[in-house]
Amino acid sequence: MNRRHLLKLGSAALASAALDGRLYAAPAAGPRFLLVFLRGGYDSSNLLVPYSSSYYYESRPNIAIARPDAALSTGALALNADWALAPAVRDTTGAMYLQRQVAFIPFAGTDDLSRSHFETQDSIELGQPTGGARNYRSGFLGRLSDTLTGDAAPAAISFTDALPLSFEGAATVPNLSLKNIGKPAFDERQAKILSDMYAGHHLEGAAREGLELRQEVAQEMTEAAMTAANRGAINTKGFELEAERMGRLMRDKYRIGFIDVGGWDTHVGEGAAQGNLAGNLGNLGRGLQAYAASLGPEWNNTVVVVLSEFGRTFRENGNRGTDHGHGTVYWVLGGAINGGRIVGEQRPVNRGSLLQDRDYPVLNDYRAVLGGLFRTMWGLSKEQCARIFPQTTALDLGLV
Amino acid sequence: MWRWREAESVELLMADRLAALRMAVNGGPRPPLSWPVTDKRTTAARAMGALTVLLLAACTQPGLRSGSNPPGAGAAGSLPALRREDVLWLERTAFGLNSATLAEFRSLGRERYLEHQLSGADFPLPAPVVAALAGHAELGTDPLPLLIEVEAQNRAVNAMPDGADKDQARKARNERANQFANEAIRGQLLRALYSPGQLREQMVWFWLNHFSVHQHKANLRWLIGDYAEHAIRPHALGHFRDLVLATLEHPAMLEYLDNRQNALGHINENYARELMELHTLGVQGGYNQQDVQQLARVLTGVGIDLGNAPRLKPDLQRFYVRAGAFEFNPARHDFGPKALLGSPLEQQGFAEVEEAVTRIVKQPACARFISRKLAIYFVADEPPPQLIERMAQTFQRTDGDIAAVLRTLFQSRELNAALGGKFKDPTRFVLSAVRFAYDGRTITNTRPLLNWLNGLGEGPFGRQTPDGYAMTEISWASSGQMSRRFEIAKSIGSGNAGLFDGDEGAAGPGGGFPQLSNRLYFEAVEPFLSADTRSALARAATPQEWNTFLLASPEFNYE
Repeated sequence: MNRRHLLKLGSAALASAALDGRLYAAPAAGPRFLLVFLRGGYDSSNLLVPYSSSYYYESRPNIAIARPDAALSTGALALNADWALAPAVRDTTGAMYLQRQVAFIPFAGTDDLSRSHFETQDSIELGQPTGGARNYRSGFLGRLSDTLTGDAAPAAISFTDALPLSFEGAATVPNLSLKNIGKPAFDERQAKILSDMYAGHHLEGAAREGLELRQEVAQEMTEAAMTAANRGAINTKGFELEAERMGRLMRDKYRIGFIDVGGWDTHVGEGAAQGNLAGNLGNLGRGLQAYAASLGPEWNNTVVVVLSEFGRTFRENGNRGTDHGHGTVYWVLGGAINGGRIVGEQRPVNRGSLLQDRDYPVLNDYRAVLGGLFRTMWGLSKEQCARIFPQTTALDLGLV
Repeated sequence: MWRWREAESVELLMADRLAALRMAVNGGPRPPLSWPVTDKRTTAARAMGALTVLLLAACTQPGLRSGSNPPGAGAAGSLPALRREDVLWLERTAFGLNSATLAEFRSLGRERYLEHQLSGADFPLPAPVVAALAGHAELGTDPLPLLIEVEAQNRAVNAMPDGADKDQARKARNERANQFANEAIRGQLLRALYSPGQLREQMVWFWLNHFSVHQHKANLRWLIGDYAEHAIRPHALGHFRDLVLATLEHPAMLEYLDNRQNALGHINENYARELMELHTLGVQGGYNQQDVQQLARVLTGVGIDLGNAPRLKPDLQRFYVRAGAFEFNPARHDFGPKALLGSPLEQQGFAEVEEAVTRIVKQPACARFISRKLAIYFVADEPPPQLIERMAQTFQRTDGDIAAVLRTLFQSRELNAALGGKFKDPTRFVLSAVRFAYDGRTITNTRPLLNWLNGLGEGPFGRQTPDGYAMTEISWASSGQMSRRFEIAKSIGSGNAGLFDGDEGAAGPGGGFPQLSNRLYFEAVEPFLSADTRSALARAATPQEWNTFLLASPEFNYE
């Protein structure tokens, strides 16, 4: 899918939006991007299983995921001759992969070798070269949304309680967690009075927009929940419900989104085909599927990247878990991406290919990968790419 | 659900009531003893009852009737009217206004008030706060035995066989750490709310933010209380060099910026870089990568030791320094010659560290960097360069005397010119709202404050990166921030936030909603409200709503 294709899909979706009575007056046109940050460093080796590597099975006597078995519809799903997908996401992300809506990038990550959660998360969100002086007030999504001004001014949102470092520097980005949506704090009359107090003030827009967003979200989400209930739909919960709400908001209003999901720091009792990690992956897979579904036709115009600050040790530790590692597997999803592939530079998985005899090396730098996606999605110039990710050459993996 | 009497509009009723109160404050005739009563008056009056009682109580306070008349004011017994610039100036010196702060200002006047605030005076905390803090003696615990205990416990837990018991032990350990950190934060919040030394409290916040540490790194949750009390607070209005050294020697900073790991042959530059970039000189502060590397070498061996002193070669023993968990270990230090900022360092061992810090804080760049940051916090997002220059001159002339630099700031005409234009960051907003709304009543439960601050993205000790929180409007006035602020205004204004519950979450006696249209309001807020805000207040249907609108107003969100 090239950019023109993306935009065309966008305007088609725009036309249909007018017909189905959307809540929001100004649906967002153009490509959409959602960043899903798995905080804690998820164990990518138990998501994308290197099943052709006997060393994988030697290294993980208790927590390895069994080789795919064609006769078994519930085990790992073979994606090619080397990699298989964890059973926990087989029916969700696996099914989307078969529809070419998902790609994986193994050996992905950053050159930050601290293996510290905080430092690595920060350095990824800042998206600046490591080693030199850094500007802590400038995150890469902030720079992206600042770059896309003018005609393509994107409306960005963070689905979090606090604005993440990724959006630092972009002051107009609202944040709103969709985890629990209660009744709005103010009724229409009160909201109007509050807005009126700021009439003519330079915060007038922010005050009004904030109040409206709360009202709209509450109203929209309540109506949707009621509709779902009426149709006897399965009651979704947790991340799945949150993701469905995110999809609906992004369909109608926003073009750049951010969400973080925790619980991936599996030092102890990680589990294998089932267990802690599998449970988390299952939730994530269902959430991403729900997100795609609620975007409707706009899913074809959307790219989602799932990443984490680092991967984990290749070998299991003494607590049937894994410790902080380095290279990891990024996910790229979208209705019209050139998916169903494992992309980027790779090497055979064996002891010799590990970094410091410990974890995956990074062969696909996150800044190059994201820069490549952004460049194609929004047709950015070299200079614009360099603003978002300085000192990086964008990598074209042919996904969009 | 209750309704007002049909015959009387809400606006009129509210306006009447406020007019009556305004007269009372200004020494006019007493307000009626009760609201006009009709047969239909039922629940409405009950809802207003508490308010009425309080208003009347306020009106009969002797203090209200003492003092001289303001020029041109009405009857005898009223206090002199306050000037807008005095009120706003006073707000800047404090986490917002309360009656105690205003009374001190009235009795001392601007100059003497400022001197008192800048002095090293021992500002006694109100008795209920002393009592609340006394209940948590462990906050005064020396971090060394604490850290020894925590690390021993960590080892014990890690050595347990896998299973439910181990999970339970981990969870318990984690909860204990959270609880300990929350106690420390509670202590900081109560002091910030109620200490009469409000300027010092603001400086404690400012320096904690300047020398920011993140509570969720390593074992910092056990250290932040001590860091605030013993590294920051004693030097908050003292000499800047002492402050830098106090943070440099504190295990919280050594852990947070990794200097604990920095040793000869295992250089870790993290702290050295931030010490110059974030703590003293600023990004364009005239140092280069060479200086970062040299300073990292200077700082080798500056770390933490929880055990006994290491066995050292005889010629190294005289260099060993130990104070609690802090240690300078000469065996880990690089004793080679070094140069910093253009000239060689002459001392050896930890004396070399002190020499380096002294040299750094004497740079004109340091005086400007710190002055500018103070001016951003207290004056304006883009402070006038001539003010920064004068503050920097004071800084250099007084060898980094923070109180002297603040005196230059608070006496400046630039500050007067900027009054009313500084957007409150979340901490200032939340603290000033609680101080104003519950004036004179000490809250018992700080948990809601913590939740609000976390929700607004400025949680205490919660900044992940070492640069601390931003202090400018652009970081705190997004649409999401504004709506959350309004919601907090509602929580406080409606009195249902649980601020008077027990600190462990036990339900308290309940506080009812606060009385914002009080004496303080009529003295220091009401005279300066805009027409839009007055009109919004007049449209309030209930006293709770009126409170909410006031706390949400532009006037309350700027100072």
